[in-house]
Amino acid sequence: MGGRRVRDGLLRGALWASGVLTCALLAFLIGFVLWRGLGHVSWGLLTGQRSYLNHTDGIFPNILNTLYMILFTLAAALPVGVGAAVYLTEYAPAGPWTSAIEFAAETLAGIPSILYGLVGMLFFVRLLRLGTGVVSGGLTLAVMILPVVLRTTQEALKAVPRSYREGAMGLGAGRWRTVYTVVLPGAAQGIVTGCILSVGRIVGESAALLFTAGTAARAAGLLRALHTPSATLSVSLYVYANEYGDLDTAMAIAAVLLLITLAINLLAARTGRRLDRQKGGE
Amino acid sequence: MDAVLSTHRLSLWYGTNQALKGVSLDVPAHRVTALIGPSGCGKSTFLKTLNRMHELVPGVRVEGEVLYRGRSIFDPALDVTALRRQVGMVFQKANPFPMSVYDNIAYGPRTHGIRRRGELDAIVERSLRAAAIWDEVKDRLRKSALSLSGGQQQRVCIARALAVEPDVLLMDEATSALDPISTSRIEELITELKRSYTIVIVTHNMQQAARVSDRCAFFLQGELVEAGDTGRLFSMPGDRRTEDYITGRFG
Ligand SMILES: Nc1ncnc2c1ncn2[C@@H]1O[C@H](COP(=O)(O)OP(=O)(O)OP(=O)(O)O)[C@@H](O)[C@H]1O
Ligand SMILES: [Mg+2]
Repeated sequence: MGGRRVRDGLLRGALWASGVLTCALLAFLIGFVLWRGLGHVSWGLLTGQRSYLNHTDGIFPNILNTLYMILFTLAAALPVGVGAAVYLTEYAPAGPWTSAIEFAAETLAGIPSILYGLVGMLFFVRLLRLGTGVVSGGLTLAVMILPVVLRTTQEALKAVPRSYREGAMGLGAGRWRTVYTVVLPGAAQGIVTGCILSVGRIVGESAALLFTAGTAARAAGLLRALHTPSATLSVSLYVYANEYGDLDTAMAIAAVLLLITLAINLLAARTGRRLDRQKGGE
Repeated sequence: MDAVLSTHRLSLWYGTNQALKGVSLDVPAHRVTALIGPSGCGKSTFLKTLNRMHELVPGVRVEGEVLYRGRSIFDPALDVTALRRQVGMVFQKANPFPMSVYDNIAYGPRTHGIRRRGELDAIVERSLRAAAIWDEVKDRLRKSALSLSGGQQQRVCIARALAVEPDVLLMDEATSALDPISTSRIEELITELKRSYTIVIVTHNMQQAARVSDRCAFFLQGELVEAGDTGRLFSMPGDRRTEDYITGRFG
């Protein structure tokens, strides 16, 4: 009897300890990055750009490039990913073919991103001669996040009750009308969540972009950035820390990245809730 | 007899499992036909075949014939969209779309190309009135249909089916999830609706079948055992198995 109580107590203590440890690690990481980084974040850094001639430092071009990269990657990956998911769940009869595609997607999602970078460079930069820039980098990232978009969209589509589809088709709606009036809106929340997760990966990615989007950064319009080296924030963090040996600025970038990531996660949670309310009515 | 729908030796298989075995049944105009029988005997399956909703199930196979107003519904040239507009369906569990009441009712008409606001307004009001729910929802047409009670949702679904002006209405245990008051409202509604529509219902409730239906068809293990006038079938069943079922001796 006493032995069991001791064992239960020990088990609960261990669980409690791992919970506390996890929280403590997270708090330490966030605290450390903000404490080391925020002091070096300045208006000049956020709005300026690095120049040897003028002796200025700044990450404004990197912020712009990150934004371009998000837009371009989503624009490339969303239609394909959502389209493929709709095809697989709504049109294709379930069978070996669809499970093969789903298996391929799972596998693709697990491949290290540096590999995507290497193949992206060989294929988009060299073979297709798209140059180092937002196009090559964005297409590489698009391939990389495609499985995420595909799987989250598929899960969202499968979660839409069958009764909605029956209701629509019972009124004479064709398959496509059923999909875009009833099924896709019902899956919107899941699709948006998938998008936000993807944005998180785009913002956080560096390895896949080193060879495809380049490490240089100059503030430029989107059109120019498409085919000229355009480092995102994450890449610039690597460059500042590794090539310039400027750890202060690297930590400042880290702090900015951390804040952006937090903002994305909050946004994801809020969007989820808002769409939930819309669906529930009133 | 002017049958709106009639089936001839209709058989249906889900994969290798035969769910309907040579069912021949006529559905007369402006009457309520009730399909009764124990669970799993194929009532829902039979009902679904009448507007080809069974095709949503993968691996399903049909033999035999279903005629709608004299024409085969399996005719490759037939537009299944048009068929489902003529032969509408109300499901066992109320399934309003997660949209406003108004958009739910307008869904069918919009599907069939009606876009003008005034016309849609008129259809929405007419359908909600016909389904005896107008007074309860007229002030909340813009609210989500999911915020209504179960009985109200089911009547919204009936209104949604009526909005495309069908000829036949198929109702699969439309009241089985409802309380007695909502049930009797929908039963009254069915009696009301048969003036304008031909109705086929599935029910497990013998009293309900006796109250609302004019004709009754008894299914057992995929076979149609017998069909006839409800009064006759309940007072003088022609088959021993029918008698056992309606007197509650099995099922
Ligand atoms: N989608 C399906 N896939 C495979 N088999 C099915 C499917 N739907 C029904 N069946 C089978 O077909 C037979 C008839 O089912 P059906 O749903 O038509 O019965 P029912 O009379 O409506 O029963 P209940 O009164 O319980 O609703 C059953 O044996 C059932 O298992
Ligand atoms: Mg049934």
